[in-house]
Amino acid sequence: MSAAGGSSSHFAWVLRLADTNLVLAQRLGELIGHAPALEEDLGLANTALDLLGQARLLLTHAGQLEGKGRDEDALAFLREESEFLNATLVEQPNGDFGDTIVRQLLFDAWQVPLYERLTLSRDPGLAAIAAKGVKEARYHLRYSAGWVVRLGDGTAESRERVQGSLERLWPFTAELLQADDIDREMHAAGIGADLAAVRGDWERQVAATLAEATLERPRDRPWRWYGKRGEHGEHLGRLLAQMQVLQRTHPGASW
Amino acid sequence: MDTAALEARFAARIDADERIEPKDWMPDAYRRALIRQMSQHAHSEIVGMLPEGNWITRAPTLKRKAILMAKVQDEGGHGAYLYGATETLGVTRAALIDELLAGSAKYSSIFNYPTPTWADVGAIGWLVDGAAIMNQIPLCRCSYGPYARAMVRICKEESFHQRQGYDIMLSLARGTLAQRRMAQGALDRWWWPALMMFGPPDAESKHSAQSMRWKVKRFTNDELRERFIEFTVPQAEFLGLEIPRGTIDWSEFHEVLNGNGPCNRERLTARRHAHEQGRWVREAALAYAEKQRSRQREAV
Amino acid sequence: MTTTRDWPLYEVFIRARGGLDHKHVGSIHAVDARMALEHARDVYTRRQEGISIWVVKSSEIVASDPTEADAFFEPARDKIYRHPTFYDIPDEVKTL
Repeated sequence: MSAAGGSSSHFAWVLRLADTNLVLAQRLGELIGHAPALEEDLGLANTALDLLGQARLLLTHAGQLEGKGRDEDALAFLREESEFLNATLVEQPNGDFGDTIVRQLLFDAWQVPLYERLTLSRDPGLAAIAAKGVKEARYHLRYSAGWVVRLGDGTAESRERVQGSLERLWPFTAELLQADDIDREMHAAGIGADLAAVRGDWERQVAATLAEATLERPRDRPWRWYGKRGEHGEHLGRLLAQMQVLQRTHPGASW
Repeated sequence: MDTAALEARFAARIDADERIEPKDWMPDAYRRALIRQMSQHAHSEIVGMLPEGNWITRAPTLKRKAILMAKVQDEGGHGAYLYGATETLGVTRAALIDELLAGSAKYSSIFNYPTPTWADVGAIGWLVDGAAIMNQIPLCRCSYGPYARAMVRICKEESFHQRQGYDIMLSLARGTLAQRRMAQGALDRWWWPALMMFGPPDAESKHSAQSMRWKVKRFTNDELRERFIEFTVPQAEFLGLEIPRGTIDWSEFHEVLNGNGPCNRERLTARRHAHEQGRWVREAALAYAEKQRSRQREAV
Repeated sequence: MTTTRDWPLYEVFIRARGGLDHKHVGSIHAVDARMALEHARDVYTRRQEGISIWVVKSSEIVASDPTEADAFFEPARDKIYRHPTFYDIPDEVKTL
């Protein structure tokens, strides 16, 4: 399949991945210089840089699929909130370090099995990005799972805090793991992945980490978030207002 | 060997340009001077993450965002190298950080200035990192081995910092009227503080002479300052920007150094906040590791 | 402000490329070996500086005493016959 001239679903599906990476990188970027220990500043920044790098490749790829001449910056800085298709999980605020690291675990445990499957995508651009990204994602998972275990099996205070983070963030995981029409269409076309299979891997990884961390798996909730369809909560608007301020204030300027 | 003989041997080693290593005998004053200078240097890197970190979320392009994140991260890395090198002198990082947070340790005054515009990120890279590199390159040959080795690593990594700053200024200087004004404003703000980074004039510098003798310092403050001006003026001309006229206001330098600069309180508050908010995390990790060790002991 | 109990100190050694020794590069703080490896990776290999990392708890390192340096290292100084340049071999003799 050539890069240009993808279907609108194809474009939207790549944007989902791109925006999810970009928004999480933006959140982690807020933290650099404010982590609990100097070494964690460096670790979180490494993750942020990896995700931002993937976001740039994915946005560029999406722009080519769309074929309207939009580059990574046009897509990142000149789209509105409802046009962002990131998963709602990643726009959640950093909160305390427990929130940050639980959000990361729930995300990493999804990204690794997703990328593993996307390395076989019929979209060669996407397959190449996934092949590069999966190595990065595996390290991120090692890092976030390690921290969730330390906090869960650490002190009474840390266990209580991180269990709270898990309860708060759990409802946002459903949209990552349940296919909607576009997910199914892309899977059928051999471009996307089987989210049911991704979910199986995710469940195993998360269950193993929570068991080691002596944490309890929260109950699933009926409410569904659909950031991936542009239906966001209250946090993304502010995040984008900040991220896009210079491009919006100085239209057409180069930087 | 008595102290006089040890001191004579130490002085001879310094004169012969030998490196002093952590377990070697050294005069207390040398040790104290190194701890002071190296920990201030480490603190400066850590506090220095804040003014530029202020723009990570607002960088105008994704490429600039990635570069800035990497740069601010590098500063954290440099802080880590320098704290590690200082620890070889028999102090703990925790104690040094406690001094910083208590307000009793100094760090480079330059980081107490605000970064109101994107151009400030450019000016910091170009001028502040430029001045820092000029100060730091001679430290790669300083007499204390761990400090010199940390500085070699740092200087290698810093070489991109100044260039990315100038690159930002170049884009702004070639940009719209608003961007050019932004660039000039940042140069106006950072020029004098950057010149102050070389420290007080030689005649007033209280640590210089001894540091030169010990080969911790290799050029005087004024020598380095003059060299910096010589290099920077043509770079500003190329950008079409004007170097501010006037002379250094040393009373401002002392005010900022004594805690009365524009952002002294904000910077320390941010560091204290991160430290306090992170306490439960650091303690949890220690508790986890202790539990693991006792589990392993029981299993044996 | 209460005094902080810092994480233990580890020394970091990195093998830059296949075929080279691990070389000491500095130190990091970590609670255990796993975290020490992660911190060493995050702090010391941001620019592809390595392909393998060793971490050792700083307190576990046994070092020679500089005041005994004479006794330790001077005796090797006069054994110049251990070095190949000690021997004069006629130019006509090859591959020796």
